[in-house]
Amino acid sequence: MRTEPTIAISDLHKIYHMGDVEVAALQGVSFSIDRGEFVAIMGPSGSGKSTLMNMIGCLDTPTAGSYRLDGAEVAALGPNELAGVRARKLGFVFQQYMLLPRQTALRNVEMPLIYRGIPAALRRARAAAALQIVGMGQRMHHRPRELSGGQQQRVAIARALAASPSILLADEPTGALDSRTSVEIMAILQRLNREQGLTVVIVTHEAEVADYARRVITVRDGKLVGDRLNQSERSQL
Amino acid sequence: MIGAEQNQVLAPAPPVDAPEPMPVLEPLPDSGGRVSVIEVVRMAFDSLVANKVRSLLTMLGVIIGVAAVVALLSLGEGASNAITSQIESIGTNVLTIQPGQQGGGPGQNTSAQNLTYADAQAIEALNLPIVGPAPQYGATASLVAPAADTSANVVGVTPAYQEVNALTLSAGSFIGEDQVRSASPVIVLGATVAEELFGSGQAVGQTVRVEGQTLRVIGVLTAEGGGGFGSVDDRAFVPITVAQQRLFGGRTPDGSGYQVSSIALSVIDADDIDTVQARIEALLRERHDLPADGSEDDFSVLNQASFLETLTTITSLFTLFLGAVAAISLLVGGIGIMNIMLVSVTERTREIGLRKAVGARGGDILLQFVVEALVLSLTGGLLGLLLGSVIPLAVTILGLLDAPVTLSAALIAIGFSLAVGLFFGIYPARRAARLDPIEALRHD
Repeated sequence: MRTEPTIAISDLHKIYHMGDVEVAALQGVSFSIDRGEFVAIMGPSGSGKSTLMNMIGCLDTPTAGSYRLDGAEVAALGPNELAGVRARKLGFVFQQYMLLPRQTALRNVEMPLIYRGIPAALRRARAAAALQIVGMGQRMHHRPRELSGGQQQRVAIARALAASPSILLADEPTGALDSRTSVEIMAILQRLNREQGLTVVIVTHEAEVADYARRVITVRDGKLVGDRLNQSERSQL
Repeated sequence: MIGAEQNQVLAPAPPVDAPEPMPVLEPLPDSGGRVSVIEVVRMAFDSLVANKVRSLLTMLGVIIGVAAVVALLSLGEGASNAITSQIESIGTNVLTIQPGQQGGGPGQNTSAQNLTYADAQAIEALNLPIVGPAPQYGATASLVAPAADTSANVVGVTPAYQEVNALTLSAGSFIGEDQVRSASPVIVLGATVAEELFGSGQAVGQTVRVEGQTLRVIGVLTAEGGGGFGSVDDRAFVPITVAQQRLFGGRTPDGSGYQVSSIALSVIDADDIDTVQARIEALLRERHDLPADGSEDDFSVLNQASFLETLTTITSLFTLFLGAVAAISLLVGGIGIMNIMLVSVTERTREIGLRKAVGARGGDILLQFVVEALVLSLTGGLLGLLLGSVIPLAVTILGLLDAPVTLSAALIAIGFSLAVGLFFGIYPARRAARLDPIEALRHD
């Protein structure tokens, strides 16, 4: 028996209404991602990759088509059910880190666990452990402004890991970082994928970043135009 | 503490580029747990503490509003109690008959001269269930003793006056029946008057000159203290016949009898007040030759009980009015909260987007912002209660007025501030809860 892929997307459409104009951001995209893959979704701006990422991240629902996440259809879920799916199955990493500025790294990492109703002691232990994984164990009581950009992004990765998601979804994770720090962040994502078997999906327009992935999906004008395995992925390991 | 805890769970922190393998997190059981209210309250406190000055300024409206409500309700209650107890100390069963129509203010009574000593005797002849009647006739006059002089209200009375007003003496005796009949030149002094004229020395047996007459002191009243409406301590009493005939010339205009300035009586059973009042009014209309057609009386009967009732109505209305004014400032405080909450929702749009992205539901966000508004208004309410209690407490401690901060005033204040927080917090919270996570994350 074939195991169900983590992400199974089939003939996905998304149409936005901007006043009277209809914008077809996605026009029948289909692909699937198995557990443990490291996938980069590439495309120029306006290609529909952000829309696709919002769909994968359960932040938005498609106009038509099917999206099965860990075997469960999520395309037709309501806002509250989607929130539940995000809490249980998804970990987000954003370009701008999106840390709460007045809270410590630890509190920031704890935050998603609050919405899963995890009791305080377990929450703190897990948040601390997640910070250890990304090498921020010594700085868990620092506030974001006391940390460098790369350190902030590590905290953001720890936050995405804390609830042990099925997928880590990173939107331009190195977009705000210099090249040396970018390499560090990509290395962390790569190690998480290789050593812990975490499914990682990154959305980027930079080929250099996409090079860390084992598989690169390219979208253009709302359609899938490329899906290739990366024979010689970059590695810092 | 947290570091120690986690060191038991994990090996010491390996840097990412170290060769050791990464620690692995246990998968979380899919418990389906929901955010706990305690956490929501904690998050609300976190964000309010993060903006201390703004939170305090926002609360100020509620603080002032609640403080005003508490202070005014307490002071109003205290004033009302003070007035009521003062009237009750006079005696609520007392009826006072005065010449002239009521409604022209207190000054009008003195000009009318149609209430006579004979009227008082006729009331007595009715044999009503009363103490008295006690007619009185007096004026303010100078009292001159050998060593000092003073000015006091010199009241001509009959022995019934002592009974109706429940007066006691510290020395000597009150005016007797015989002294009224024979218009004896005697005087009974109120405590303050006696003190002013004779100091701490013996007053009984001394003489006092009033309006050129020499009067012998036969008694001194026990000091009553307090009393805003002209205490008996400041008065002196003579037989009514002395006041009418020798001191103040109280003959009626037609010369047939003597006038009185008022007649007081105390109804023994409070249930009889209305009956007694009706009987007296009928009698006086008949004696004053007024037709039985409902024309106006030429006298007035003051009923302490109805006076008290009116006064209570007035003071409670006044308290309510002040409370309403204070409630308006509370309302303004609420609008302040809503204003700041709306600003806060806009400022924190990205935070809201982030919280939604990591799994917060609309309801969780709504709860967080409503709780923030409630924490603001409730904290403001408690501070306001504290501040508002200072004034009545100070007034009470200084002995100006016994104004207790009642539990009901406190509950009203707290209840109102909670209601204000809820009412004005819901709208901004709903706006936050309805934000689309994608839009909110993109907001800058």
